[in-house]
Amino acid sequence: MTCTVNGVPRTADDVWEGESLLYVLRERLGLPGSKNACEQGECGSCTVYLDGTAVCSCLVAAGQAVGREVVTVEGLSGGPDAEPGPVQRAFLAAGAVQCGFCTPGLIVAVDDLLSRNPHPTDPQIREALAGNLCRCTGYEKIMEAVRLAAGGQA
Amino acid sequence: MTTIPFTEPLGTAGSCAFSVAGTTENAQDIESLAGAAPAGPARIADRVRRSGQVAQVRPADATRPTAQVRVGARPTGLDVRVGGGVGSSPQRPDGRLKVSGEFAFSSDLWADDMLWGATLRSPYPRAKLTGLDLTAAVALPGVYAVLTAQDVPGRRVYGLEHADQPVLAGTEIRYQGEPIAIVAADHPETARRAASLIKADYEVLAPVTDPDAALLPGSDRVHADRPNLLRHVPIRKGDPAATAPVVVTGEYQVGMQDQAFLGPESGLAVPAEDGGVDLYIATQWLHVDQQQVAACLGLPQEKVRLTLAGVGGAFGAREDLSMQVHACLLALRTGRPVKMVYGREESFFGHVHRHPARLRYEHGADRDGRLVYVKASIVLDGGAYASSTGAVVANAATLGIGPYDVPNVVMDAYGLYTNNPPCGAMRGFGAVQACFAYESQMDRLAAAVGLDPVEVRLRNALTTGDRMPTGQLVEGPAPVAELLRLVRERPQAPAGADFPPGGTANTTRGEGVVRGVGYAIGIKNVCFSEGFDDFATARVRLELVGGRPAALVHTAAAEVGQGLVTVQAQIVRTELGVEQVTIAPADTSVGSAGSSSASRQTYMTGGAVRAACLALRARLAARLTALGRAPSTSDNDKKGPFLSAEEWVGALEAGALEETVEWRHRPTHALDPETGQGDAHVQYAFAAHRATVDVDVELGLVKVVEIATAQDVGKAVNPQAVAGQIQGGTAQGLGLALMEEIQVVDGMVRNPSFTDYLLPTIMDMPPMRLDVLELADPHSPYGLRGVGEPPTISSTPAVVAAIRAATGAALTRVPVRPEHIVGA
Ligand code: FES
Ligand code: FES
Repeated sequence: MTCTVNGVPRTADDVWEGESLLYVLRERLGLPGSKNACEQGECGSCTVYLDGTAVCSCLVAAGQAVGREVVTVEGLSGGPDAEPGPVQRAFLAAGAVQCGFCTPGLIVAVDDLLSRNPHPTDPQIREALAGNLCRCTGYEKIMEAVRLAAGGQA
Repeated sequence: MTTIPFTEPLGTAGSCAFSVAGTTENAQDIESLAGAAPAGPARIADRVRRSGQVAQVRPADATRPTAQVRVGARPTGLDVRVGGGVGSSPQRPDGRLKVSGEFAFSSDLWADDMLWGATLRSPYPRAKLTGLDLTAAVALPGVYAVLTAQDVPGRRVYGLEHADQPVLAGTEIRYQGEPIAIVAADHPETARRAASLIKADYEVLAPVTDPDAALLPGSDRVHADRPNLLRHVPIRKGDPAATAPVVVTGEYQVGMQDQAFLGPESGLAVPAEDGGVDLYIATQWLHVDQQQVAACLGLPQEKVRLTLAGVGGAFGAREDLSMQVHACLLALRTGRPVKMVYGREESFFGHVHRHPARLRYEHGADRDGRLVYVKASIVLDGGAYASSTGAVVANAATLGIGPYDVPNVVMDAYGLYTNNPPCGAMRGFGAVQACFAYESQMDRLAAAVGLDPVEVRLRNALTTGDRMPTGQLVEGPAPVAELLRLVRERPQAPAGADFPPGGTANTTRGEGVVRGVGYAIGIKNVCFSEGFDDFATARVRLELVGGRPAALVHTAAAEVGQGLVTVQAQIVRTELGVEQVTIAPADTSVGSAGSSSASRQTYMTGGAVRAACLALRARLAARLTALGRAPSTSDNDKKGPFLSAEEWVGALEAGALEETVEWRHRPTHALDPETGQGDAHVQYAFAAHRATVDVDVELGLVKVVEIATAQDVGKAVNPQAVAGQIQGGTAQGLGLALMEEIQVVDGMVRNPSFTDYLLPTIMDMPPMRLDVLELADPHSPYGLRGVGEPPTISSTPAVVAAIRAATGAALTRVPVRPEHIVGA
């Protein structure tokens, strides 16, 4: 299968019919940033952009991504040595990262929220992130991080 | 500096305190973060992934830097205190990797030529395995190995307290999901298909599922060679026949909660040339895994080397082995690296859960609400294997009347074998179940004597100098009353809420919505108890790097998300005044750190790091003295010298200095088996909650509007991480109150998915208001008190009390279901 991932055309060979986009990203394209907490569409840890729309990549069959544009958390961050972006800086500053397993999905979901609604209210933040589970933080510091990022303070 | 300042200092007399308004504080100075973050040098796990040069990955490499902590733009190593020390909140050293998707969790590992493992599990909770036909599985192209119990070369059972759990089931199946066979194949789907092609024949038996019945003499035995009673802890204090004018009784139940960490059980086993194996694994305690894995593989311990891979949360669920032995068996058999990753459904079967409990209490008090006696019996369902049930039972018993001063106590706590899913460690560890019952009882007592719920607690509050039911003296601060007052005095939650009960489904416009407020307080022990030889090891090395001092910290302590890596670096900065601190990967090439559990790691590994630093101070001073240069002493730290830049060079140019310290807390003692008397615990920790809820009394839906929490942490070594622990712990308690339960019917799990096992989402969690006290414990490093567990304990009863206040429903079982409210 061939698709564009983080701006680069990529091809994966021998993809099985049943493989998800998440599996292809993680195991065939060397992009394990998107996470696999449930693979049931319930946790948001696998969130990526597909043609600009935030989706759970565990629910997207690899075949459905053919010829389309995928952006993952790695694409938002520009790599390990790049400066973190504003959403990422806000997560660090607010202490919104503990184990970090939810973090990549949340970074994409918050990026998506702020691109649609740069100044969300608290209820809007909660509604937008209702599909992203975090087991560590109780979400307080995630709320704080989104407010920071939205306020342009990060 | 990246400290997040806490607003509203309380200035409590005689103590140091900070307080968080919950939603209003802002991080400052974020610009400086860019300069403060580490350059992201390769992690050991990354080297596995990126290079595929597995042969290069040896514990000997572990001294290579992994995550670096650098904070602030101050000059290095001068005779001033450097930033980022104890009491501040520097950025996590692994933070940048985690926000960029570059951090390697155990499920992200990869090696050239790697195979995938899969597990065949029993569909029945109790059965005899009468036959296994592997032919079709072995014949599937892409399959490299299919192994069963016969292929376990060493000890065939493992376990934390008793080695009673088979690596792979022999003939007896004791719970649904018990592993029977394992497969290695070149694709995970091939491995799963092969597992499903194994033909297993079972003689299905009726499972033992009711723990009360399992306790009766003559009950079917879960293990033929031993009784179902795993442990009984009796506690007797004062007069067992005491009577009182006011008596309240109650029977309570707690459902089976799952830790539900997000990062699934996973790891990579790599066979080594010496016939051993290197295992990269997400765990809470590397050395206890190593001991068990080596025994099962029949290998000497030094041939089984473990390195901590990125851990996606733990909460107790990684104390027991899951896929560790399986992956190693497959790797040693195939001669190739083997990766195993559980899916979410398998994860529900792959780890132990929180013990479900039945708790029967009788409280006797005088008419002023002062407790005269408590009689209680607690039955904890341990499921098929022992895991840490014995210690959970002891906790439930010793902490089972709560943080109250009661002259007469008759307590019996029991742990049972059944054919239900095995239960063991989860955050709060026995104290959670008891707290739901004793706090429900305190509310009943308040009603019976006509007092307000906080007042009845204040009249019985434990304080310094009191004795626990075990006879143990409560030493150091025990601010039970103060914590209750703090949550009571918080301004009430504003009227109205962002969302009605039922959330955005708009099930109500507020017609039948009633508000209620409830309180609870809990007690937890910190560190290992009952005479266990509890220690942690830390190695700290000092050397000149580019003419400046740099410290390398090496421990086997598991960073599971709590921020231990940050705290270790903070301690080194405070004790040695060295700005550049590197935390080496945790592995078994250094001594054990004990488990990241029992709220103990900052106390224990923090204590070990500190002790190693103090030993290094003495060595530094000796070197300088030998050079005829008495070390200067900084005024702002009385514990010893911070060196000038020249002194650092002088002290270290002769070579690096290294100290390895094995550090222990003061000893604890066994409980008397008849009376439960004994100084079993090292330290107690307390937290209180006030919950405010809106309840749709027609539909039985609940929205928690706000939670106020107060906790004494002794010393907030990292205030931001402390707040994160309190908020996250409170959320898990809210989950148990309202939604989290593994539903087990006839020994079968009905809801092994995140679709049917509900976790609190950001919609379910309210704003949280925090008051954090810092009342130093005279015995612990920096006076700190374990932080992780207390907030999980009292949040459950506080939420339920609030629902009771709103509805009048009795609510004797958690999680509370809509029908408990509507049917009341
Ligand atoms: S992994 Fe895709 S939603 Fe959980
Ligand atoms: S930080 Fe661990 S799941 Fe969110």
